Amino acid sequence: MDNSNIIQIENMWKQFPMGGGKFTALENINLTFGKGEFAGLVGPSGSGKTTLLNIIGSLDVPTKGSTIILDKSISDLTHKEAAQLRNHHLGFIFQTYNLLPVYTVFENVEYPLLLLDYTSDERHKAVLDALEWVGLSDKEKSRPAQLSGGESQRVAIARAMVKRPEIVLADEPTANLDAENSHHILQMMEKLNKELETTFIFATHDEKVIKYIRRKISLLDGKIEKDEHLEMGDRRPETGDGRPETGGRA
Amino acid sequence: MFKFLLKGILRDHHRSLFPIVIVVLGVSLTVLAHCWINGILGDMIDFNAKYSTGHVKIVTNGYEDNMDQMPVELALGNVDELLAKVRKDYPKMEWVERIRFGGLIDAPDNKGETRAQGPALGLAVDLLSPDTKEVERLNINKSIVRGKSPEKNGEILISDELADKLKVIPGQIVTLMTSTMYGSMAMQNYIVSGTIKFGVTAMDKGAMILDITDAKYVMDMQDEVSEILGYFSNGIYNNVSATTVQNRFNAAYKDSTGEFAPVMLKLRDQNELASMLDYISRMISIFISVFVLAMSIVLWNAGLLGGLRRYGEMGLRLAIGEFKGRVYRSLIYESVIVGFIGSAIGTIIGLGAAFYLQEVGLDFSDLMQNATVLWPGVFRAKITLPAYYIGFIPGLISTVIGTMLSGIGIYKRQTAQLFKELET
Ligand SMILES: Nc1ncnc2c1ncn2[C@@H]1O[C@H](COP(=O)(O)OP(=O)(O)OP(=O)(O)O)[C@@H](O)[C@H]1O
Ligand SMILES: [Mg+2]
Repeated sequence: MDNSNIIQIENMWKQFPMGGGKFTALENINLTFGKGEFAGLVGPSGSGKTTLLNIIGSLDVPTKGSTIILDKSISDLTHKEAAQLRNHHLGFIFQTYNLLPVYTVFENVEYPLLLLDYTSDERHKAVLDALEWVGLSDKEKSRPAQLSGGESQRVAIARAMVKRPEIVLADEPTANLDAENSHHILQMMEKLNKELETTFIFATHDEKVIKYIRRKISLLDGKIEKDEHLEMGDRRPETGDGRPETGGRA
Repeated sequence: MFKFLLKGILRDHHRSLFPIVIVVLGVSLTVLAHCWINGILGDMIDFNAKYSTGHVKIVTNGYEDNMDQMPVELALGNVDELLAKVRKDYPKMEWVERIRFGGLIDAPDNKGETRAQGPALGLAVDLLSPDTKEVERLNINKSIVRGKSPEKNGEILISDELADKLKVIPGQIVTLMTSTMYGSMAMQNYIVSGTIKFGVTAMDKGAMILDITDAKYVMDMQDEVSEILGYFSNGIYNNVSATTVQNRFNAAYKDSTGEFAPVMLKLRDQNELASMLDYISRMISIFISVFVLAMSIVLWNAGLLGGLRRYGEMGLRLAIGEFKGRVYRSLIYESVIVGFIGSAIGTIIGLGAAFYLQEVGLDFSDLMQNATVLWPGVFRAKITLPAYYIGFIPGLISTVIGTMLSGIGIYKRQTAQLFKELET
């Protein structure tokens, strides 16, 4: 096994029971991701993007084949171990921010840390750092209802990033945002990806997202159709940094 | 984490307000009912003990069988000896002689002819000995409406109601007609020194209180008396101690048989008190159980509604890696906090209402006209130590049970669905 790959998926199938038979949502997936990737699962509705993200996120298990996340086989984890894996190493960003409305911005970002062994000082510092990354230091006392959509998603990014996870999974993170806010949060994630070497995997069919990703994995009917490392030219010129890409299968 | 939960509860009124209101309602009613039943029960036991049953009572076998009729002909004999014995055997208790009897009181006009007549319930106690505690025990001085307590033989108290009926005022003479312990007719004149009202319906109708020596005299009793009552020195009935005393006494007399053999009864055994007390404590348990059940169901449903509202929150928490048991437990902690807050508020309200009923009471004397048990005419609550915590039992149990039931849904959440659920 290649140790530089933090995600290693081999001959993986996902089938759902359907009527009397089975529906194959993912078919023989082979994929690896290295540290620091900024990749997108792209494809039409129903192509299996969310299903794949679910399995990488240890929220679901494959029917066949192996999926190793950070040296742990998803199929073999108990519920509790899967929860622990998510808790320690994975961050999630959703289309609909999912902030806890009764808590302040600060407390929302703090929440994942309460599940980990952070002291209150460590939590405080980590939350302030995370809010600074997303440019919301001045909103720490606000409630989610007082925030714009873009700000809410930035809080969600801070919440996903605050424990500095190895992998962040984002399902349609820009679907509810206008163009300007979409660019804003994508730039933000790109910056975090570079500074913290966090691996980002998006599921999306948003062209704006596709402009930012450095690897585009195209799904169609549950199969990987294409896995491309995008050239600088495909993307907005100002964000290119020319760093070598890793782990792709063309 | 506790702080976090508390903040959530305090800020989210939907989460806290309704359950707290339910708990406050249930708890305040429980506390009030507890205090009220306790007060009535306590008063009832107290009245019965003082006026009628003692904490224990010695009578003859025959008297016991017909106690309702107060048969003086079945009085205890050798009372001096018996009293000396129980005072020696049970030195910590107080032992007193009593005679209860029925009779007629006749109010004569100034020619000595009958002007008015009424049945009386005679209660003969030691009113006149210098060291008697009976005057205080029966609360006589505070119960006098007109006139004063008897100061010498030949003076009696009659109930104010009876005095009104007979149109007798203190200082006037009345004639008691009753029978001696040997069954012959007895008549005696007394001066009514005062009228009295105890607040016990059964006695306020027609009681007549006289000194035990006067009663012995008119009933031709020498070394006899119909009842010997024993009281614990702290004045509080204790069924365990009473049973011990009773068993010991009755064991000593187990060989004497016949209708004049002495037998000891305890408070619980008399005047249907046992069944009454059992009935009341059963009612209390049923009442509290019904409350816990009803509140649990309401809170369960409230929890289910709350669960729907917080579906996203729970999903998110599961997604970011809080495991199910922990999410479930945090809901239970929340319910404990809510239950505690509600119980505290409910207890304060319940105690407030109980305090009012303790000071003012509700007058039920009209309903008690024919009661055989000595019910207090005014029902008062009594705040006792358990009143301060008893409400927390239904308050906490119902919130926790309600949450445990409604929270089960968390275990049914499929993590595989979370991404989809959280998208909508
Ligand atoms: N729990 C399930 N049971 C049955 N079928 C499922 C289940 N989850 C997903 N599917 C099916 O698997 C296929 C892939 O679904 P998935 O949600 O991964 O699509 P997607 O690419 O994320 O689509 P979209 O862009 O609309 O979000 C779909 O046809 C869907 O109906
Ligand atoms: Mg999807």
